Amino acid sequence: MSTIYILWLRQVKKYFRTPSRIIGSLGQPLLFLLVFGFGFGSIYKQAGQGDYIQFLAPGIIMMSVLFTAVFSGIDLIWDRQFGFLKETMVAPVPRWQIMLGKTLGGATVASFQGVIVFILSLIVGFKVHDLFMLPVAALFVFLVALLFTSLGIAIASRLEDMQGFQLIMNFLVMPIFFLSGSLFPLQGLPKALEVVTRLDPLTYGIDGVRESLIGVGTFGIPIDLLLVVVITVVLLGIGSYLFERIQA
Amino acid sequence: MVSNLTDTNIISVSGLTKKFKDFVAVDNISFTVKKGEIFAFLGPNGAGKSTTIQMLTTLLAPTKGKVMINGNDPTKNKDAVRKSFGIVFQDPSLDSDLTALENMQYHAVLYKVSKEIREKRIGELLRFVELWDRKNDMVKTFSGGMKRRLEVARGLLHHPAIMFLDEPTLGLDPQTRNHIWSYLQDISEKQKMTVFFTTHYMAEAEKVADRIAIIDHGKIVAMGSLAELEDKTKTNSLEEAFIAITGNTIREEQVNGTGRMRAMQRLWGRR
Ligand SMILES: Nc1ncnc2c1ncn2[C@@H]1O[C@H](COP(=O)(O)OP(=O)(O)O)[C@@H](O)[C@H]1O
Ligand SMILES: [Mg+2]
Repeated sequence: MSTIYILWLRQVKKYFRTPSRIIGSLGQPLLFLLVFGFGFGSIYKQAGQGDYIQFLAPGIIMMSVLFTAVFSGIDLIWDRQFGFLKETMVAPVPRWQIMLGKTLGGATVASFQGVIVFILSLIVGFKVHDLFMLPVAALFVFLVALLFTSLGIAIASRLEDMQGFQLIMNFLVMPIFFLSGSLFPLQGLPKALEVVTRLDPLTYGIDGVRESLIGVGTFGIPIDLLLVVVITVVLLGIGSYLFERIQA
Repeated sequence: MVSNLTDTNIISVSGLTKKFKDFVAVDNISFTVKKGEIFAFLGPNGAGKSTTIQMLTTLLAPTKGKVMINGNDPTKNKDAVRKSFGIVFQDPSLDSDLTALENMQYHAVLYKVSKEIREKRIGELLRFVELWDRKNDMVKTFSGGMKRRLEVARGLLHHPAIMFLDEPTLGLDPQTRNHIWSYLQDISEKQKMTVFFTTHYMAEAEKVADRIAIIDHGKIVAMGSLAELEDKTKTNSLEEAFIAITGNTIREEQVNGTGRMRAMQRLWGRR
């Protein structure tokens, strides 16, 4: 228990200790909100879809959760490169506790990042339809954060250094973001694109958050929740499995 | 010193071998270390010192041979072995974005040092290595020597029966070197803590070790107290004995690029 806590605490402390990094990582979501939100707003409205900011904000919130989560999982590579991982790995504690502590820490940080972007969205005009649904949205945020931190750890467990990192950004994380219905509605898509969006785990996370926040979704909250929980559990499993096999 | 030690072998190694593909890094070595002893593994770069330490400390599986650490086999009872030693790795292993105190607390929790004694013990050790007034500073602001002292303090935190140190003083100035050894000798004597360290500094082995094993190309080529080694080779210093045994000396120029880079890193910090 205390092992999990101290690993969580380390992750959280290091995040809050560098406010410049927190602020820096808000630039991109803010830019997306403003440029896409106001840029596409009028086309979206003309197409009879309503207010684009309402649609877009949940997607951008989850974008920052996705990026922060993957990064905080992947920073395991730094721990290895700077030697700190050895200190942890040679300690008489089960590896699953180390993995879990790190994952919870990463997920906490990523969720917090989501909360900040949520507040930013409110400032630029986003409106929540039902305050009582906020806890449901928060649940989705945390699960998605867990899911992608585990993914980051799974990847970092297999990477020797930061070499493969750009590849993972371009061929995994960016597609996960763009193909998740973060920017466009999931209805009326070409068949191929429709299939791909349904294979993207983030799709269900965003759909769940969107329905909780604005009351309109595609699959319904129970389906979204079920899928997100299942995928999170699977990825936690894969992450732990690969983490067990790391040679420090 | 050696005379008043008990006869318990806290480390015993027989026929230990490590192959990386076809390359034999550690070649059928056997030795024992007694409780409370300070044991040096002396050899040039690439001799197989770090590989041996990794096998003794559960980090690497041997290709062949048997190891017992404090009564446990590191390939089978990993956790029991891990509880019984502290380690200072060859390369830095602190979190430089945490303070000295936080690095110590992290270790204390991982090693289940009980809450009641945790703060007191950390305070003692940080004072012991003269870092108490810097306890709330980020480790990234520390010099190489300060980091090393912190790693030593951290390794001692859970009262290990054995302390492993892999080239603990590489790249440090003589004063810091002396400092670190005076802490370790003090604790070894008072608490019967065993110290197993590697080095390629002759003077260091000569000065602090009760017994020395000379390792070259993965093999132990000689072993004994300083007097025994000198006796055997009919020489008057470890340096001469070393030359008589290996036909070589260890000069700084022989230390390869990685070794020099490590020394630089330690001196200049790593970010
Ligand atoms: N993981 C590895 N794969 C292949 N060769 C290795 C590995 N680790 C060490 N070696 C080789 O084994 C030899 C002994 O290395 P090491 O134990 O680090 O020496 P020392 O610590 O005495 O300088 C060196 O030639 C080194 O290149
Ligand atoms: Mg070495």
